[in-house]
Amino acid sequence: MSTSIETPIGTQQTMVLNMGPQHPSTHGVLRVMLELDGETVVKAESVIGYLHTGIEKSLESKTYSQGITLTDRVDYLAPLSNNLGYCLAVEKILGIEVPKRAQYIRVLLAELTRCASHLVWLGTHAIDLGAMTVFLYSFREREEILKIFEYLSGQRMMTSYFRIGGLALEPPSDWLERVQRVVDYLPAHIDEYETLLTKNKIWLARTVGVGNLSANDAIAWGCTGPLLRASGVAYDVRKAFPYSSYDEFDFNVQTQTAGDCYARYQVRVAEIRESLKIVKQAMARIPADGPFRAEIPGIIPPSREEMKASIEGLIYHFKIFTEGFTPPVGEVYQAIESPRGELGYFIRSDGSHKPYRVKMRTPSFVNLQILPELAIGRLISDVVACIGTTDIVLGEVDR
Amino acid sequence: MHKLKEWNASAVAEVLEFRGEITVVVPKEQIFAVAQYLATEPALRFSLLSDITTVDNFPLEPRFEVLYHLVSIDRRDRIRLKVRLAGKDPSIASVTPVWPTANWHERESFDLFGILFPGHPDLKRILMPDDWEGFPLRKDYPTEGYR
Repeated sequence: MSTSIETPIGTQQTMVLNMGPQHPSTHGVLRVMLELDGETVVKAESVIGYLHTGIEKSLESKTYSQGITLTDRVDYLAPLSNNLGYCLAVEKILGIEVPKRAQYIRVLLAELTRCASHLVWLGTHAIDLGAMTVFLYSFREREEILKIFEYLSGQRMMTSYFRIGGLALEPPSDWLERVQRVVDYLPAHIDEYETLLTKNKIWLARTVGVGNLSANDAIAWGCTGPLLRASGVAYDVRKAFPYSSYDEFDFNVQTQTAGDCYARYQVRVAEIRESLKIVKQAMARIPADGPFRAEIPGIIPPSREEMKASIEGLIYHFKIFTEGFTPPVGEVYQAIESPRGELGYFIRSDGSHKPYRVKMRTPSFVNLQILPELAIGRLISDVVACIGTTDIVLGEVDR
Repeated sequence: MHKLKEWNASAVAEVLEFRGEITVVVPKEQIFAVAQYLATEPALRFSLLSDITTVDNFPLEPRFEVLYHLVSIDRRDRIRLKVRLAGKDPSIASVTPVWPTANWHERESFDLFGILFPGHPDLKRILMPDDWEGFPLRKDYPTEGYR
């Protein structure tokens, strides 16, 4: 693939080094072309597209419900987040109301997903910079969260647990006890990771002052999520444009002002604690019984009993699963706060049962643009820290 | 949107509203001026360009619609700008001088739809291989590809 770095070998003082697409520290198939003067980076250019599978094109040939499984694979470290964004966008076009019980469960699972995603980030970022113990511990913690997802949906990662109008299945009756166990022991483990990293001289040397990003630059380059909040801008889609009853929950937007890798680390660790706060509130709010999915004939499939017992149920079931429902003509943009930033779904409906256009505004795609800004002028080892701190997932970058 | 009308009525071709979202249709020649105005006007301050999306309306004309999603962080406001482009040689001024983040969004629209952005610093394919022929997300491009 052609890039703008085309220095002929041997003629200049600088050297062109290719990092990736197969590289343990690029967190996926990312290729970074580096032009180096000794160990200092003079130019950096990201080359992406190695994981492009045409998800947006595929979504145009599937019904709205079938599309949910495709959205899991976009940001594969926070699949429930993607599901939520897509379902909210479709529900917005349809103009339907999701029952409160389902909304609270969605909030709880979205926050658990944020914890799981930040744990992966912490582990991989730490191991990139040499702290191998944190990697093993954080993945052990994440296992417990994945077990909860498996208990609810049958799948550890690609859960597809949300549906248009609510959840896919009724959660098992004792699932909140398992969530309580995670909420109980996770904070102590986060404290443990902080003792390993937060005041560690090596960690400080590798992250403080590395990858500085000013607030104006962050906004100009479209960065959202922890990247923006660590530079001092308190923009969180959950607070700015609340969705799924987030305005009923009490939580703080975590910010720092330094705008370097260390600040982003502090923001993300604080966000794990904040997420657990929201999970506790959600657990208290979820009513013990109630519908887990809206009931709208013609759009939401009827329950199995109803489908077997009544002719209308059978007809609706048949029509919805063979042809699919048809939303009104229109276009919406629904944004949510995924662990990486603002995840937006733009859906254009032409009145048929397949979406006309689905665009996923993925935070990793936009956040990756600032890599040259962060890395130029620094050493190669800082490039690894900068890639890690943007918290990219290549499935999101390439779709 | 009202301020936009006050400032330059010719910049607002149409205003659409659906599910609480406002879309302003802007004529193609005005997009750069409108972008600068929305980003710098103190009362509006749409400093964050969230997304640039393209939709292909083949076989209807005008074929392409380029949509800009803007966010004003401190005013907690969103707006969408829509520009309609004809199918033959679609091109529209690049807004990278106003929002640098438009760089990769416009490259993606070029790569997948074939929209040209004069004024873009480095317009080349981003997701597809460099020697790819065709624009995959256009409606006349098959989902399975040509091979």
